Amino acid sequence: MRKDIILGGVGGQGILTIAATIGTAAVDSGLFLKQSEVHGMSQRGGDVMSNLRLSSNEIFSDLIPEGKADLIIGVEPMEALRHLNMLKKDGWLITNKKPFINIPKYPDVDSLLLAVEDLNHHVSLDADRIAKELGTLKVANMVMLGAAIPFVGLDFSAYENALNIIFGKKGQEIIALNIEALKAGIKEAEKFL
Amino acid sequence: MQKIVLLGDEAIAQGAIDAGVSAVYAYPGTPSTEITEYVMRSKEHKNGDVVATWTSNEKTAFEASIGVSYAGKRTMVCMKHVGMNVAADAFMNSPITGVNGGLVVVSADDPSMHSSQNEQDSRYYGKFAQIPVLEPVNQQQAYDMMAYAFDMSERLNVPVLMRITTRLAHSRADVHTGAKRAQNEMKLPKDPRQFVLLPGIARKQYKMLLDDMPKQLKESEQAGFNRYLDGEDKSLGILTTGIAYNYLMENFPDGIKHPVLSIAQYPLPLDMLRKLYDECDSILVAEEGYPIVEEQLRGALDNGKKIMGRLDGTLPRDGELNPNLLALALHLSVPEVNDVPKVVTQRPPALCAGCPHTDSYTALNMVMEEYGSGRVFSDIGCYTLAALEPLQSINSCVDMGASITMARGAADAGIVPAVAVIGDSTFTHSGMTGLLDAVNAKAPITVLILDNGTTGMTGGQHSQATGKIEQICKGLGVEEEHIKIINPIKKYHMENVKVIQDELHYNGVSVVIPRRECVITLTARLRANKAKKQK
Repeated sequence: MRKDIILGGVGGQGILTIAATIGTAAVDSGLFLKQSEVHGMSQRGGDVMSNLRLSSNEIFSDLIPEGKADLIIGVEPMEALRHLNMLKKDGWLITNKKPFINIPKYPDVDSLLLAVEDLNHHVSLDADRIAKELGTLKVANMVMLGAAIPFVGLDFSAYENALNIIFGKKGQEIIALNIEALKAGIKEAEKFL
Repeated sequence: MQKIVLLGDEAIAQGAIDAGVSAVYAYPGTPSTEITEYVMRSKEHKNGDVVATWTSNEKTAFEASIGVSYAGKRTMVCMKHVGMNVAADAFMNSPITGVNGGLVVVSADDPSMHSSQNEQDSRYYGKFAQIPVLEPVNQQQAYDMMAYAFDMSERLNVPVLMRITTRLAHSRADVHTGAKRAQNEMKLPKDPRQFVLLPGIARKQYKMLLDDMPKQLKESEQAGFNRYLDGEDKSLGILTTGIAYNYLMENFPDGIKHPVLSIAQYPLPLDMLRKLYDECDSILVAEEGYPIVEEQLRGALDNGKKIMGRLDGTLPRDGELNPNLLALALHLSVPEVNDVPKVVTQRPPALCAGCPHTDSYTALNMVMEEYGSGRVFSDIGCYTLAALEPLQSINSCVDMGASITMARGAADAGIVPAVAVIGDSTFTHSGMTGLLDAVNAKAPITVLILDNGTTGMTGGQHSQATGKIEQICKGLGVEEEHIKIINPIKKYHMENVKVIQDELHYNGVSVVIPRRECVITLTARLRANKAKKQK
């Protein structure tokens, strides 16, 4: 088993929570893990990405080679597309349709979504709307992670365990809400399969 | 033995704790910050067994470490690569004093300048100071090397430099940790003059350092961190340093047929180097950093075997390596890559919504309209982002503290008035001495010390300046009536403009301190308070 995943977002959007959840689930499943993060200047509202690598064999590089990622998860459409050079030819791009606009020259959103739909293998969803329906925008990241779950290839119970570890201090209610968000994401992704 | 997922930085921290470190000093700087933060979160620090503290700058951190070493205990000092320049005075002399307790200095380099002003390679500093350098290949080795580093430091009576780069610092992997050993007991140096670098003593101890070079070499050849992996195809031998080994092996999941020398410790292991050079027809050198090993291997005349690397264009001369760069260097195929759609535009970092710096600069911009552009010297921190749109307020960012000193020089050269903009933490790092120079010269400059009460850019570490700025300025001789505190917030905009305007009209050193808490630390503090109340 081997999965190379690029996570794209904007500094402060919380892509590291997604990375930590998949990472914890992977280690819990007995896999090797490498996960590189962005710290420092870009975290101030700039574009940030994380390389997440899971494998049943030893992993060498902390970075995924260009053109070899199995999956791109974007918590925002432009940041999903920014890393398209990293995706392998038959890889999947999974993105939130809701743009994060913090720059004056943010491109036309419809053009971005058209570029997403141009891809044979894509999943796009309005994670913000789904999260709000679940009660809080805060779980939008978990909806996005849910949408990626069918492509990552770990058991659902591994994610449940991971959320128990990561949100353990916050109580059962929060954990249950996050698990519900994962399930809502999976449901959206299944529409594209 | 326990398996935990750690950043490279955290593996170093855990390695140091388990190796019996007694005190850790640092000034925050990407990508090194998380080493000290991890120690600060540890139970060993919280129960008072291990000192971990932010200092005013890297030099004071290094000197504190020398003090711990003098007392016989193990110590670690951490910084980013450019911090080595600040600590260099202490660093260069510490191999001459030698150590009493083990001293490890960690420098985290930032090739490709993700969050830095240059991509200098700290291995040069190791060579400069003539001390052993460790350059771990992965997170596990970073952990494993720490106990060895302290031991070698004590065994060879020298500080040991550990050099890492961004990708190792900020990448997580599972690390198997070992047993924790006890700290050293306090003990004075056997020779009471060991740390007295009077010329007569320094000359003697410098000779001892030089005499010990063969011991450093032996460590490199025998410690096991440098590895010679033989291969049958000797038409090419490959030398990698640090994490470049991973980028190479990424291309050979089923093993490689060429001999590979993976360097993780310096001085270079001459036995292995000789074997690679003698047995292979040509050599590819892949270094994550400057072409230091490559240059040595070529020699000044470069008239030996065919050597490829960063100097002949086989690999790029600057920036980080990655797996595909290694593939191209070895004429392996790389995948055809999707084009990034043209509609994707740049998203540069920016000041946060509600950031006090924005209000400070908005006021300053209005004041500067009267004088024209090109006379605002700034410094290193979040506030450097004001060089970009939309604020475009500042004209320089060179090194820690240079805003004040450059403004003084520019004023001497006729740019009057000149303005310096510096953050609170940068001011106590390296701005205070420059302010004294300006006061003594009665330079016509206005210094804005943006006081957000934290070291913001690196994630909100404690600032040594907090609560002390006015007294420091007064103590350095800035006249009390020209030290002004303003509240950088929209509703006081016009009042703030007036204050800055008045101080710019003053023909001498004036200081304006816009003071408002960083929105990130403020939000975190409010959230923590709320959580506390709920409990």
